[in-house]
Amino acid sequence: MSPVAQKGLDSLEAKLEPIVTRYRGKKGVAIPLLADIQKTVGYIAEEAVDYVARELDLPAAELFGVATFYAMFRMRPEGKHVVRLCRGTACHVQGSARIGEQLQRHLGVSEGETTSDGVFSLQYVACLGCCSLAPVMMVDGEVHGRLTPEKAVDVLESYRTRD
Amino acid sequence: MDKTIVKVGLASCGVAAGAVPIYETLRKVLEGRSDVELKKVGCIGLCYMEPIVEVERNGVSIAYGKVDSDVAKRIVSEHVDQGKILEENLILNPEGFACENVRIDKQVRIVLRNSGVIDPEKIDEYLARDGYRALEKALAMKEPDLIEEVTKSGLRGRGGAGFPTGVKWKLARQSQSDKKYFVCNADEGDPGAFMDRSVLESDPHSVLEGMAIGGYAIGADEGIIYCRAEYPLAIKHLNVALEQARERGFLGKNILGTSFSFDIHIKEGAGAFVCGEETAMIASIEGKRGMPRPRPPFPAQSGVFGKPTNINNVETIANIPWIILNGADAFAAMGVGRSRGTKVFALAGKIKKGGLAEVAMGMPLREVIFDVAGGIADDKKFKAVQLGGPSGGCLPESLLDTPVDYESINATGAIMGSGGMVVMDETTCIVDVAKFFLSFVQKESCGKCPFCRIGTKRMLEILERISNGQGKMEDLDLLQELALQVKEGSLCGLGQTAPNPVLTTLKYFRDEYEAHIRDKKCPAKVCTKLIHYVIDPQKCIGCTKCARNCPVSAITGEVKKAHMIHDDICIRCGLCRKVCPVQAISVE
Repeated sequence: MSPVAQKGLDSLEAKLEPIVTRYRGKKGVAIPLLADIQKTVGYIAEEAVDYVARELDLPAAELFGVATFYAMFRMRPEGKHVVRLCRGTACHVQGSARIGEQLQRHLGVSEGETTSDGVFSLQYVACLGCCSLAPVMMVDGEVHGRLTPEKAVDVLESYRTRD
Repeated sequence: MDKTIVKVGLASCGVAAGAVPIYETLRKVLEGRSDVELKKVGCIGLCYMEPIVEVERNGVSIAYGKVDSDVAKRIVSEHVDQGKILEENLILNPEGFACENVRIDKQVRIVLRNSGVIDPEKIDEYLARDGYRALEKALAMKEPDLIEEVTKSGLRGRGGAGFPTGVKWKLARQSQSDKKYFVCNADEGDPGAFMDRSVLESDPHSVLEGMAIGGYAIGADEGIIYCRAEYPLAIKHLNVALEQARERGFLGKNILGTSFSFDIHIKEGAGAFVCGEETAMIASIEGKRGMPRPRPPFPAQSGVFGKPTNINNVETIANIPWIILNGADAFAAMGVGRSRGTKVFALAGKIKKGGLAEVAMGMPLREVIFDVAGGIADDKKFKAVQLGGPSGGCLPESLLDTPVDYESINATGAIMGSGGMVVMDETTCIVDVAKFFLSFVQKESCGKCPFCRIGTKRMLEILERISNGQGKMEDLDLLQELALQVKEGSLCGLGQTAPNPVLTTLKYFRDEYEAHIRDKKCPAKVCTKLIHYVIDPQKCIGCTKCARNCPVSAITGEVKKAHMIHDDICIRCGLCRKVCPVQAISVE
């Protein structure tokens, strides 16, 4: 391993150390453990899982199994702003598919991808529970309702200018 | 004169509609005033009117809807200061007629008794409305008597299956073990249902109190709330409520001086619809992939970490304190047949008044949709109502007199489910809706049972074929056959109910499927492969607006001359039609 790569790994381990301490000796912790890795590293990085599994004496395969089962876990880094377009029933009948198409065209990415400049990640989610404001999308935890394809694009652009 | 209370609804819907800046405006305007109290409350269920501000004085409440910062300032300067009502934003006025009076009058609020009334982050407000008195009463009762009371009330699981709650508790009580769990299912995954979110955000203590009562009844010492991670505000309010309940001795060791000890913690879900199923949820709580397993053993015998476990949904649990305090008979007095009490419905889709409504069981669907939900938006024609999410079904106009109770709804082929009610009008394509639900369950299938994993995939492919205009009439029989096999060959509720949207639409809207297959037409003009956008050369004024807005440059034409859409380039996004100033573009 090159010295640079080794240094990167050392700092990763330092970041993960509190997580290892938090979950040592506890049972049934895979989900919050992975959630903490995602929060710390930004995504479920393979080397992070390997390290934590080794330290806690858990099979890494089991952790990967859990990570790939749940929609919340990302196996790749996310963009600076995460756009979650609601594809629930109420949003669907109010035209969220058209909004999704418009966002994909505007950002030049498909669902589940991140723009090449790393600014936006576009995700489709099942239901945000704001059905009476349908169609809705969530950007970084903020919900925007009563969207049209044009309004959705304006909302995204407002995040770009906020930076 | 009493203090005037100004309430701002700050549940998720309110926040999404912009209630936070309204609250800030009011806070600034009211700063330093001792005669007015500004309060954060949850959701009163009139989501389509958000942001909502309510003014309460001398016990009389008047509510305003669609409040912007200007209206918020006027509420203070005119209503609060001069007693003048702002007619144009008025939605609730008990002393006169306002647009929402009818809707509220038709409701019976048990689960939503405190929603939009109290500040969910203040335990004292819950206590002032008889909070935790039911727990006190329950702890003075013998456990079997308590369970008998719940059984007598006729309460059944509000998450969908409708299993009698008292019976469930009895089974868990009968299991002998040194450790038992009482789990609250807050993994509200049905797209179109949001009552559990609203209860958790607006009245979290009612859930904690119900869980403590249930824990005592079955002999559990640990409670777990399995909550969707998509509901951050609910989790925040729950954490505040847990802290306060522990401080006041309603949770923890020796509750209210008795020998009963019980505490609750939250498990955040990680996004998997199947985890709403009991055994999958148990696996997920244990930190595994959320895959269901065969029953028996039932969770009441072997649940979380192999210990007896009782699982109830949020709405079910929120009913418990009311039942204990007011008696089983008062609860059972409402409803019809074997469906007693009330049900909260999440009204959404093409209706005028979206939001939450709690009505006595047995109200006809027509009354819920046309009176409570205000009828169809833009006065279009009603086509179908979808009940019970991806496990439910679509019902046509002819079944609108069906009363909302478990048995009557099951008889139609739909299910009560968690109470999501999505209304569709003539512009909604039924084949597209069936395809939508199937693509949802196909994605959410955990993959354990081949019928569910592969069967739903094949069904989806057939539906895609039909909506692309490549369907054959035999496809309809094949769909039916596959649907029944998936139902039979699946282990859990997800697979067993996944074909319901297809089966009900085939039963009630077969003509729409046939139009797609035989005539290659989508009557609702939704399926993109079967529609074409055309410009009427007589009407077109050549303003070039459509051509400039088209995202794929499919429109050509000279200025002041009729334009043309190139069908092979057109992606049917509909933008041109929206921007055309003379309505020259139509869909065929």
